[in-house]
Amino acid sequence: MSEQLQAPSPLIPIPRAPAPEIPVPAARRDVQITIDGKRVTVLEGATILDAAKTLGIETPTLCFLETLTPVNVCRVCVVQVEGSRPLVPACSRKVEEGMVVWTDSERVRLSRRVVLEFLASSVDVSTALQLQAYMKRYEARPEKFGPRAATVVQPPKIDNELYVRDYSKCILCYKCAEACGVDAQNTFAIGVAGRGFHAHIATEFEIPLTDSACVYCGNCIGVCPTGALMGKIEYDMRAAGTWDESRQTRTETICPYCGVGCELTVHSQAGQIVRVSSPLDHSVTQGNLCIKGRFGWQFTQSHK
Amino acid sequence: MDLHLNAAKASAEERVAMDAALKQLESSPGDASLTVTSDGQADGNVPTNGLPTRSKRHLLLPVLHAIQERVGWISPGALNYASLQLGVPPAEAHGVASFYEKFSLAPKPPVVARACDDIACMTRGAGALCAELERKLGPAGKPCSLGKAIWQRSSCLGLCERAPAALITAAGEKPRERVIAPAYAESIASAVLDAATGKLPDEIDTLNAKVSVPQDGRSQLRLLRRVGQVDPASLEDYRRLGGYEALRRAFEWGPERVIREAIESKLLGRGGAAFPAGKKWEAVHQQRESNRPHYVICNADESEPGTFKDRILMEGDPFAVLEGMTIAAFAVGAKRGYIYIRGEYPYATQRLEQAIHAARAQNFLGEDIGGRGFTFDIEIRRGAGAYICGEETALFNSIEGYRGEPRNKPPFPTQSGLFREPTVVNNVETLVNVPEIILNGGAAYARIGTANSSGYRLFCVSGHVVRPGVYELPFGPTIRDLIEMAGGVGGTGRLQAVLLGGAAGSFVSPKELDTPLTFEGTRAIGATLGSGVVMLFDDSVDLEQILLRIAAFFRSETCGQCVPCRVGTIRQEELLQRLIARKPLGSKEQESALLKEMAQAMRDASICGLGQTASGAILSAMDRWSLFL
Ligand SMILES: Cc1cc2nc3c(=O)[nH]c(=O)nc-3n(C[C@H](O)[C@H](O)[C@H](O)COP(=O)(O)O)c2cc1C
Ligand code: SF4
Ligand code: SF4
Ligand code: FES
Ligand code: FES
Repeated sequence: MSEQLQAPSPLIPIPRAPAPEIPVPAARRDVQITIDGKRVTVLEGATILDAAKTLGIETPTLCFLETLTPVNVCRVCVVQVEGSRPLVPACSRKVEEGMVVWTDSERVRLSRRVVLEFLASSVDVSTALQLQAYMKRYEARPEKFGPRAATVVQPPKIDNELYVRDYSKCILCYKCAEACGVDAQNTFAIGVAGRGFHAHIATEFEIPLTDSACVYCGNCIGVCPTGALMGKIEYDMRAAGTWDESRQTRTETICPYCGVGCELTVHSQAGQIVRVSSPLDHSVTQGNLCIKGRFGWQFTQSHK
Repeated sequence: MDLHLNAAKASAEERVAMDAALKQLESSPGDASLTVTSDGQADGNVPTNGLPTRSKRHLLLPVLHAIQERVGWISPGALNYASLQLGVPPAEAHGVASFYEKFSLAPKPPVVARACDDIACMTRGAGALCAELERKLGPAGKPCSLGKAIWQRSSCLGLCERAPAALITAAGEKPRERVIAPAYAESIASAVLDAATGKLPDEIDTLNAKVSVPQDGRSQLRLLRRVGQVDPASLEDYRRLGGYEALRRAFEWGPERVIREAIESKLLGRGGAAFPAGKKWEAVHQQRESNRPHYVICNADESEPGTFKDRILMEGDPFAVLEGMTIAAFAVGAKRGYIYIRGEYPYATQRLEQAIHAARAQNFLGEDIGGRGFTFDIEIRRGAGAYICGEETALFNSIEGYRGEPRNKPPFPTQSGLFREPTVVNNVETLVNVPEIILNGGAAYARIGTANSSGYRLFCVSGHVVRPGVYELPFGPTIRDLIEMAGGVGGTGRLQAVLLGGAAGSFVSPKELDTPLTFEGTRAIGATLGSGVVMLFDDSVDLEQILLRIAAFFRSETCGQCVPCRVGTIRQEELLQRLIARKPLGSKEQESALLKEMAQAMRDASICGLGQTASGAILSAMDRWSLFL
């Protein structure tokens, strides 16, 4: 046994069994289910969300992203499955043979609307465009909870040159923590802390990012659905009232820094680069970049 | 992943406390044999931080306890040290520590007195007690006794039969815990003073069965028969009264027959969800060829307001809990088990520790138990003030060193439970029924009670009742019968309401007292037995305040993971506050409609039972009585 295979402590002996063989994946079977009265056949392992998509049914999602493990916490995607007492999250529930699903029943509409009302009554959703569109679709009226409803309002955290964390706009979708953790970056600079209404995204003991493990890859910004995480340039431009997406162009290019070949989308306005992102469906990046790709272009507009 | 630590350093005291705790944990027979072979199929919000086999993350909770008990709070330096020792990123460790009420992440006086102001204690003067404490010790949450102590209000401490209750903890080289029930402002204040001056004795309370188990006709008792009759510290005494007979019988039968009898007994889980225990065991047993480790967990988190039966079993007859677990483990092929016990139960914890120790010494736990080639050991994990950790999947995350957030089901625990392996979770009372079933046979057990509710059930009777305590009944008697057994209605003697099943249960009115206390009987009136709570309120009680306290309970105990429950519980509390202040938004009817709509979304769209039931009791009361007029 090599050095490395020795257990690090007596606590967790490495199992003595031979190294596991890499299993040959069994052919995935077809599964037939019924959604809103229509039959659909999808591969085993697909989610209800996938199946609904093949029928052209649009399901709202907030905490779901193709590139991240589903956390199923926002509950805006819930659907009714016959035989299940509560509604189930379409984004993570796998299809089962014979499942009968309703995506637009009275119960589904009510839960989706109330979830949106809960969010919009407690969070500043002014830059959460997708969420606003869902609110329109479900006729959400967050003002019904009155002017004194508790919110998560707090001052924005501006502790570094590259990006701002404005948690008044955070819906706690867990995406940034996932992107910072196992799903992309493996840095674990931020995590979910606290409990209940006061659960929030934080570094340990709320220390500034500059003291934390953060490596400024900005992958959290890339996945944030609400604008709670935002590049400093965009933040400042919005504050000054000069941010205007209708005047912005997007240029696809390859990052010049190293040989990995990450695809960049360069957003510019009035001849200035204002943001860099990467497409989620790009095979190399899956939307993720490093500090150089995401922020290493500021020299292009240095006036010094 | 490299750990990136900030600059804070642990003090010598903090390091000593953690080193000692780790050493003890790692040498414990239970943990030393632990093989974490999680396949890393992480639920989205449970990062596995690389190879789970390299991390000692499952020791995080006990290590945090060790710091809190020694220093009284968890400093940035201490957290860094824990992160380094266990291979957990500090932001994650902070996320875990900040989840639990008992852990303080800011400097806090070493002595903390928690005075229960929850609903059973409210019927027994908790309000006046807290007011008196304020006069004696100053406002809640502010340091007193020269900065060495602090008192705060608390949710139910599981001592409702002796309400009002208080719990005192003192951090230090020799940490102390002391339960005071019934509590008076003087007794709390003097214990606080003793604790602050290091004079609190280290003694273990002996359950007074005459007070807590007031039932007449003891000879008919089965689950409670040894409580008060047996020395809870003595394995010999336990065996003298028939202990470990059932395990011997189970060994003779073999796992298949044990499971068959359990299924035949129709035993339903006593933790609240009423799932057939035998079926659960069978599902795990069926995976014995899979080479995956199996686990048995005893759920002793008991934090449902008004519930205290499991505490009485653990304090009064701890070996019975171990025997039930051992039989379950034998049946499903588990080599290790955990007892997850709520952090507010110091004496029950000590009783179980003693019992495990004694059982190991006499080979009722460990390798080759009784010479039958069966190996099984048990570890205790203490919760740290989080009701949600009683939900079985939150409990797994808590033991594994993650935030106590429930997982989405499916997959169910029998397929993917603790460390993602097949796991049986049973409530304490469920497990204590197991030896009964083995000794009498499943069929005989099934004949006790009613057709759909077999066997015996413990009820936690509290509030305005003459003799509060835990009562054991074969299923069948009605609410009225139980109240009579307990000496009738206390307080003014005029009953206003009964809460069945705890905060997650529902209210019933005096007109419904002829409802049988069975699963089907309560279901027929839209109520539930839940965890066996039967709490009485006389006509002097302001029910509106009781409802507000229940709403506050859910608001403070929601894990905060899913939107309907995280926001819904606070909106529900705000709504009740408006109704109580007679300042509704629009009309009372509009508020009522809004509450119903929120409740439906919480019930339909929440991840777990907490959010799904958080409005149940409140709506049941509003349906039965015209409140907020
Ligand atoms: C919010 C919440 C809290 C719970 N707390 C407890 C508890 O303290 N003890 C318990 O046995 N079960 C509790 N349960 C139920 C457990 O999830 C689980 O169903 C039970 O432990 C299974 O054991 P049983 O089948 O023997 O009842 C809780 C459930 C929820 C949703
Ligand atoms: S900061 Fe953005 S990505 Fe992170 S939890 Fe909040 S809303 Fe989601
Ligand atoms: S229902 Fe409440 S307690 Fe349960 S997972 Fe959701 S937020 Fe957490
Ligand atoms: S998108 Fe499915 S729960 Fe959030
Ligand atoms: S101990 Fe106070 S309500 Fe239970």
